Amino acid sequence: MVKAIEAFGIPVVHICTIVPISQTVGANRIVPAVAIPYPLGDISKSPEEEKQIRRAILEKSMRALQTPISEQTVF
Amino acid sequence: MTKKRIVHYINQFFAGIGGEEKADTRPESRTGAVGPGMALAHELGGAAEVVGTVICGDGYYAENMESATEEILKLIAAFEPDAVVTGPAFNAGRYGTAAGGVADAVQKKLGIPAVSGMYEENPGADMFRKSVFIVPTADSARGIKSAVPAMAKLVLKLIETNGNPGSPEEAGYIPRGVRVNFFREKPGADRAVEMLVKKLNNEGFETEYPMPSFDRVAPGEAVKDLKNATIALVTSGGIVPKGNPDHIEASSAMKFGTYDISGVQTADAEHYATAHGGYDPTYANSDPNRVLPVDVLRDMEKEGVFKKLYNYFSSTVGNGTSIANAKKFGTAIGEQLKKDGVDAVILTST
Amino acid sequence: MKLELQRSKVKNIAWGEKTALLPDGTLEINKEELLAAAADPEHFKTLSADLARPGESVRICPVKDAIQPRYKTEGAGQEFPGMVSGVDTVGSGKTFVLDGAAVITCGRIVGFQEGIVDMSGEGAKYTPFSKTMNAVLVFEPADGLEAHEYEKACRLAGFRAALYIAEAAWKAGAKVDETELYDLPPFSESMKAFPELPKVAYIYMLQTQGLLHDTYVYGVDAKKILPTLIHPNETMDGAIVSGNCVSACDKNSTFVHQNNPVIRSLYERHGKDINFIGVIITNENVTLMDKQRSSSYAVKLASMLGVDGVVISEEGFGNPDADLIMNCRKAEQAGIRTVLITDEYAGRDGASQSLADATKEADAVVTAGNANMIVVLPPMDKLIGFADYTDVIAGGFDGSLRADGSIEVELQAITGATCELGFNPLSAKTW
Repeated sequence: MVKAIEAFGIPVVHICTIVPISQTVGANRIVPAVAIPYPLGDISKSPEEEKQIRRAILEKSMRALQTPISEQTVF
Repeated sequence: MTKKRIVHYINQFFAGIGGEEKADTRPESRTGAVGPGMALAHELGGAAEVVGTVICGDGYYAENMESATEEILKLIAAFEPDAVVTGPAFNAGRYGTAAGGVADAVQKKLGIPAVSGMYEENPGADMFRKSVFIVPTADSARGIKSAVPAMAKLVLKLIETNGNPGSPEEAGYIPRGVRVNFFREKPGADRAVEMLVKKLNNEGFETEYPMPSFDRVAPGEAVKDLKNATIALVTSGGIVPKGNPDHIEASSAMKFGTYDISGVQTADAEHYATAHGGYDPTYANSDPNRVLPVDVLRDMEKEGVFKKLYNYFSSTVGNGTSIANAKKFGTAIGEQLKKDGVDAVILTST
Repeated sequence: MKLELQRSKVKNIAWGEKTALLPDGTLEINKEELLAAAADPEHFKTLSADLARPGESVRICPVKDAIQPRYKTEGAGQEFPGMVSGVDTVGSGKTFVLDGAAVITCGRIVGFQEGIVDMSGEGAKYTPFSKTMNAVLVFEPADGLEAHEYEKACRLAGFRAALYIAEAAWKAGAKVDETELYDLPPFSESMKAFPELPKVAYIYMLQTQGLLHDTYVYGVDAKKILPTLIHPNETMDGAIVSGNCVSACDKNSTFVHQNNPVIRSLYERHGKDINFIGVIITNENVTLMDKQRSSSYAVKLASMLGVDGVVISEEGFGNPDADLIMNCRKAEQAGIRTVLITDEYAGRDGASQSLADATKEADAVVTAGNANMIVVLPPMDKLIGFADYTDVIAGGFDGSLRADGSIEVELQAITGATCELGFNPLSAKTW
C-alpha cells in the first residue's frame, strides 16, 4: 500500500512496529512504532504520557517527510 | 456432439500478406483457416474446427493497442467462437505482445477461453503468463511442428475442463506463478524433517516455497514547505467508524474504507473501533488514537506545524490481506490524494 | 526422561450412564458429570454439551480449542500443568490417551470469532477434527464479563472437561490397545550418542500477541518468557496449551500441541538419520525489540546445544513471519541449517506474495497451503454453536453465510486447516 501511494510521487512515512517487514516490503521512510496492538500508544503509561509518546513519533514522522532520501531510511 | 468453434488470431506475416513492410495491416477477418491455422485445424480433428481467422499487422497493433484490440475483438466475436487460439508468436516480440494481449482481452471481455503460444523469453510471455495459458514454443518458426499440436491439445482441454486444465506440466503451458493448494502424501512435519536430513547430508532437496523478491519504488520527494502542506492519514490497522459501515473483513480484506474526519478532533472510543482480526483489539478499541492519531495531528495542525489534515482518512485491515489487494487499495487511495493535492501521507500499521 | 503413552482407540462416542470406554471402542460419557466438570457459573450464563462424529452433517462454530483427553496414570504431575493441575514437571511416567477423541470448546468472545469444524463435506477434508469423535462444550458468558476473563474461563473449562473424561474412562477400566515409549536422555548422554549422526533441535514458535492470540507454558503466558528449553515429552502431557484461535487455520489448538507432529517425526528418525537433542520454545511478540531478543536468544540456545540443524515451526502469519525469518537468518548465520514450516497468504487467486517477510537464507521451506483459498461449505443439518458470526470470522466476508445455509469462506476460517506444525498433508505449489 505504501509503495502504491508513493508511486504517485507523494511521500509516505510508514509508522510501523515491525520495521524489518516494512524494509522487506519496500517502504522508503520508516518510523518505528511502539507495539502491534498500540503502535502510537503505550498502555503501561498514563494517557498524558501516551499522548506525548504519540506526539514524539509524529514529530519524527514530520522530520522524515522533510528529509530528502535516496534509499530506504529508518528514522 | 457438435464441433467446437475456434477462431485463430495471427499476424500479417503468417497470413502471407507480407513482412515488416506490411506490419501496418489493419485488422481483417477471413472465413476458415489461414496459414498455420491449416495445421491447427488438422490437429483439432473431430473435436473442433477453425471457423475463422483474424489477422492484424504487428506494427498496427503495437501503435494502436486499445483501438486495435477492440476491432479485433469485434471481428472475433462475429464468428461466435467457443475459444480462441493466438499465434504461435515464437520469439517475435510485437507479435507475442499482440497474441498475449488479444488472448487476455478475449478472456476478460468475451468470457471464453484463449490459448497462446510463444517462446518463453518473448516479452509477451512475461506480460501475460499470469492471465493467459501460453504454450512454450521454440524461438523460431522452425518449431511450428511441435507448437501447433500442443496448442490444439491445450485449447481442447481448456474447453473440456472449463478453464482448469491442471498443472503446467500436465497441460503444457508456461507456469503462471500462482500458488495452488494440493494434498501431498505425507504431513508437513514429516516432510520438514526429511528435508532437514537431506539438507544436513548435502543431498538435493526441493523447497516447497521459493523466496520471492520484492519490487521497489523511488522515494517520494521530501516535503519542502511543511507549514503549507496538507497531510493525509491512512492506516492498515483497521480503524473504522464504529459498526464498520463498509464491512471491512477482519482478515484478508477485499476492500478499504474512506471516512470523513473534517471537524473530528480525536478518534475516540465512542465513534471508532478496529475491524482488524490479527491483533488483540482491546487497546485500539479503548483509544483508537493509538492506531489513528487524529488527536495529536489536530494539535499539530492548530499549532501550524503543517497546514491541514486532509478531510478523509482511509483504512483497511492489513492482516492476511494479499499484496495484490494492498497494491490495489494503495493505487486507488493514491490517485484520489494526488487529485486533491495532498502533499504527504502518514500511514500507520499494526 | 521417559514417558509411556497408553493409547486406547475411540471408535464411537455416546452419552450414557457412566463415563467409560466400552469394549467396542465406544466412549460413553455421563453428560451431567461432564457439565459439572466444565461448570463455572460465575463466568458462564449457559453451558451445554453435544456430540459430533465423523461423517455426520454437523457444523461446529465458532470453535475455540480442541483438546485430547489424556490422564497421567503414573509419574509426577497431571495433564495441563499450571492450568488445572498444579505445576509439577510432567513428561515422565505413563499417560493414558483417548486416541481419536477430542473435546471441542465453542463460544463467541470478541467481535472477531474463531474457527469452523465441519464433520462432513468439503470442509471436513481440511480440519483434523472432522476425524475425531468430539464432545463439544458450548458457552455463553455471564453478563458484563470482560473478554480476557471470558477467554480464560472457556479455556480452563475445556481442560477440566478433557481431564474428567480421560480420568473417568481410565478409572472405569479402559483397555489399553497400544503403548509407545518416548525416551530422550539428559544432554550429558545425548551429546555422546550417535556420533556419526547430525545433531538436531526443534525451535517451536508460540503465538503470543494478546487476547485470543496467546499460548501458555505451565500456566505462564509465553509472551513473558525468554526462549527456553522444554523436554519433548512435556508437550505430550499438555505443558503447552492454546489460548488462541483467530484465523483458526494456522493456530495451534491444544490438541496439536499434545500431538506435535514435528516432535513425533524427530523421535521417529532419532538414532536413524539424526540425533534429536531437544526442543527450544520461543514466542512471537508484538514489539520489534521483543522479536529481536527472542530470535537471538532462541538461536543462542541452539548454538549452546551445538546442533547442526533445526526445524523451525511458525504459528500464525503476518508479523510472525518476521519472527520466522529472523530465527532462520540468525540460525543460518550461526552455521545451523534450517527448515521452516509456514503457511501462505497468497490471495484468493494465489498470485500474491505468500509471506510478509523473506530472506535468501530460507532455502528450505515446507508450506501447509494457501490460507486464502476459497472453499464452499455445504449446508449442514445440524449446527452446534452460533451461525450468525460467520461473516466476521477471520476468513469470512460479507455474505459468507448464504441463504441456503452454505458458507463461502477462505480456508483461513477452518480450524487447523493450514497447521504450521505440519499436522496435515495439505501443501501448495506454483502453477
